[in-house]
Amino acid sequence: MGGDRGLVRPYVVTNGRFEPTRNTFDLVTLVTAVPDRPVRTLSPEQRRMVDLCTHGALSLAEVAAHLGLPLSVAKVLLGDLVDSGHLLTRAPIPAAQLPTSQLLQEVLDGLRARL
Amino acid sequence: MAFGPGSERDGGARPGVSSPNVDSPNVDSAGVSYLGGGVQTAVKLLVTGHFAVGKTTFVGTLSEIEPLRTEEPMTEASVAVDDLTGVPDKATTTVAMDFGRLTLSQSLVLYLFGAPGQQRFTPLWRDMTLGALGALVLADTRRLEHSFPVMDLLEEHGLPYAVAVNRFDGAPEFAEAELREALDLLPSTPLVSCDARDRESATRALISLVQYLLNRPEAAEPA
Repeated sequence: MGGDRGLVRPYVVTNGRFEPTRNTFDLVTLVTAVPDRPVRTLSPEQRRMVDLCTHGALSLAEVAAHLGLPLSVAKVLLGDLVDSGHLLTRAPIPAAQLPTSQLLQEVLDGLRARL
Repeated sequence: MAFGPGSERDGGARPGVSSPNVDSPNVDSAGVSYLGGGVQTAVKLLVTGHFAVGKTTFVGTLSEIEPLRTEEPMTEASVAVDDLTGVPDKATTTVAMDFGRLTLSQSLVLYLFGAPGQQRFTPLWRDMTLGALGALVLADTRRLEHSFPVMDLLEEHGLPYAVAVNRFDGAPEFAEAELREALDLLPSTPLVSCDARDRESATRALISLVQYLLNRPEAAEPA
């Protein structure tokens, strides 16, 4: 089948794992690199992720898209790199909570300012 | 799998697109646009609707970055119980989402995820809906009935939504009351008309959604 290429790669990249070491990553979890961490021991894909996040913050969705990785794979790599101290994440608003009216008001103000 | 920097979307070049008057994004040589240093909070909204209703156009019109795409290979291992043996095309499919970004203030960024409703059972759909503030359902007056599955899906997920009729050239126009009846909307569900190619019009549609989210009684409860 011609479409197999994209299927094999995730298993290789994540060493065959399906699930990240933690299950708290949201599409809009913000990711940055911890400066000056040694990257010698990292896999090429892990190193690419650290390199990408060295220059500023991005959401997990952006990280996956820029690296051309399926989201599920990016989550596994991100979990590893948080565990190893290479990447830092900032959670968006917790998924279980309803947005506060203050947050919605900020969104509304920001959108109105664009008109 | 990002769209190339020069890729063309319908109506791509429009004056005034992508000019957040906050921290100008830090763009590196590879074309990656990083968030401003002060961004503390990221929120997401879904832009959904049936096939070819204008989701990608809508996201592209509002996004300050060239819209990005992620793809997820899916193995359909559990299509049906009686399919366990001899399935000739144990199909693998790819599901994709397009998304864009709007920096709303020094500290707040909004992501818009273009979510195809037919991906309802995929992890990607779960990822898009989990924690989303709400959804904007785009509809097309030429096939209003195609909007029902996606509205049902949002209701199943308990995700509040507004409906925006995307104006297509030559599509029939209806009075609001007719549209509401045809779409079987609750009186409280906002219904607006928009042009997904027009930045101001698309922004106003999002404003209607967020205004609705803010006025819902649930929004006032402490998180």
